[in-house]
Amino acid sequence: MKPAPDPSPADDAPGVPGLRTWREVYLFVFAFFVFCVLLLALFSRVFA
Amino acid sequence: MNLLDWLVLLGTIVGIAAYGTWRTRHTHSLNTYLKGNHNTGWLTIGLSVMATQASTITYLSLPGQAYENGMAFLQNYFGLPLALIIVCAVFLPIYRRLGVYTAYEYLGRRFDSKTRLLGASLFLLQRGLQAGITIYAPAIILSTVFGWRLDLTILFTGLLVIVYTVTGGSAAVNLTQRWQMAVIFGGMVTAFVVLWTKLPDDAAHIAGALGKLQAVDFTPDPQRRYTFWSGLLGGLFLSLSYFGTDQSQVQRYLGGAALREGRLGLMFNAVFKIPMQFFIVLLGALLFVFYQFQPDTPVFFNQTEWRRHAAGPESARFQAIEEKYAVIHADKQARIRAWVAAREGGDAAAETATRTAMLAAQKASDAVRQEARDALRAVDPKAKIKDSDYVFITFILTQLPHGVIGLLIAVMFASALSSKAGELNALGTTSTIDLWRHFRPLEAHDEARNVRNAKWFTALWGFFAIGFAWFVSFAENLIEALNIVASIFYPALLGVFAVAFFLKRVGGSAVFWAAVAAQALVLLLFFLGKFYPAREIGYLWLNPIGCASCVLFSLAFQTLLGKLRASPPSTAAPAA
Repeated sequence: MKPAPDPSPADDAPGVPGLRTWREVYLFVFAFFVFCVLLLALFSRVFA
Repeated sequence: MNLLDWLVLLGTIVGIAAYGTWRTRHTHSLNTYLKGNHNTGWLTIGLSVMATQASTITYLSLPGQAYENGMAFLQNYFGLPLALIIVCAVFLPIYRRLGVYTAYEYLGRRFDSKTRLLGASLFLLQRGLQAGITIYAPAIILSTVFGWRLDLTILFTGLLVIVYTVTGGSAAVNLTQRWQMAVIFGGMVTAFVVLWTKLPDDAAHIAGALGKLQAVDFTPDPQRRYTFWSGLLGGLFLSLSYFGTDQSQVQRYLGGAALREGRLGLMFNAVFKIPMQFFIVLLGALLFVFYQFQPDTPVFFNQTEWRRHAAGPESARFQAIEEKYAVIHADKQARIRAWVAAREGGDAAAETATRTAMLAAQKASDAVRQEARDALRAVDPKAKIKDSDYVFITFILTQLPHGVIGLLIAVMFASALSSKAGELNALGTTSTIDLWRHFRPLEAHDEARNVRNAKWFTALWGFFAIGFAWFVSFAENLIEALNIVASIFYPALLGVFAVAFFLKRVGGSAVFWAAVAAQALVLLLFFLGKFYPAREIGYLWLNPIGCASCVLFSLAFQTLLGKLRASPPSTAAPAA
């Protein structure tokens, strides 16, 4: 009952507008995370 | 709750469960039962991942946590986006390429069957306990507040989720979680909007001045529970364990039409998780401001517990505390208004003086709340003295209009059902694939029997969770209890997977004993902290310590066992 292994699991295109490879998607997510942390640090400072 | 609330509550909860059961009633294929439909898109996977992770505790307990301690808990999620990137790049492609049902199947192929059994057992132990907490957490609060019978509340929630999870498996879980998330988002946004309309103009500044909006703390102190560093490093390891090695999550993204759908579903969570949690803790911080201006703010939010003891022989003591708190609360309100006026007047000296007075009033108020807890503990050593889980539910019941109350209670049940369904689905799958099929290999080819067994195991775990929830009791804040249990059992498991992916030279026996030793070390550190509180380290640090020690022990044991040259490990599964 073993399911058939995915035949083409390699690096299919993400299909996200403006981001052509998965590396670019990961970079975008990482940059967004850094942006969130900076915003939160600023938020903490402004309302301290 | 009036009739309208009950109609909204039962219509939403039973309606979604019935819809999921009916739509997936003909699920007979093992692949569909365990992985869901193959046409599942990335948004459904993303919402399913989010729904499994965010239980009722997230929506009920987190605002109370922020009310009590501010927004620092948010840092707990800082490691999550980084962990999800690693899972997408390393874990997910390997799972998909091998076509496994469970993460522990991979361990069997990479190492040996005993390591696979160890991984599956650690998961079953950890997740089985958490399944009890997941069902207990909302039940204890809702039954306390509404006066419902706790055992019946647990039974109702448990049976409802068992019905559709057993009937439709992963397909039903994915389908219902999507609608449950819609109810959750709708309800939480409604509560936020209502709260916002009731706040004074300077609400954010007041919350900030009283120390509730400190979302990031860069202090490198390992004894502080939540800092940027513990969140980033400890949170990274905790999230890696959860999303990469916990079957309840792995099962959510293993389905889907292609690898792309799983990856985008996880990236959806990497982007939206921190903003979503920010929104929830901000709600808690603003609730704190709201209650500063309410004349009848209770000294202890679990009013059922409070009244039960206040009516006893110590009633005079309880009444004195209530009166004292009312005076201090009114005084604090006046000082807050004085600070706001000084701030708006632009007088720096007056602002500093009034801020000092306001903080002193806050300290006095905290002292009376502590006195209330001490009084409860004095009359009943078993009394539940943590009331932060009752803050948001008190707001819901006393401030929201009818209909919306029903919707918010539906949010609590929807989140309990959605996370519980993901857990039961994973527990049933792991029991079938990693235990039953392992010990009964000759029957593994009978598809109908596999589906039947998966259903039985799912139901059994459901009843186990109900039984555990009936007999359990927790002292910690509920959301912390969940993370503490995870931080004890996850790190060794993550260490095994790290060795599997990155250290090709290490074989099964070395990693097996390394995991056992690392698990013992984590337990030792945890209990040492309990016996010597002055030396206790924040529980998030158990994650990197446990994982790193498992990796280091593996290398040491591999050398000691002389396996390197004697028996090279299997190469059936490629390492990343």
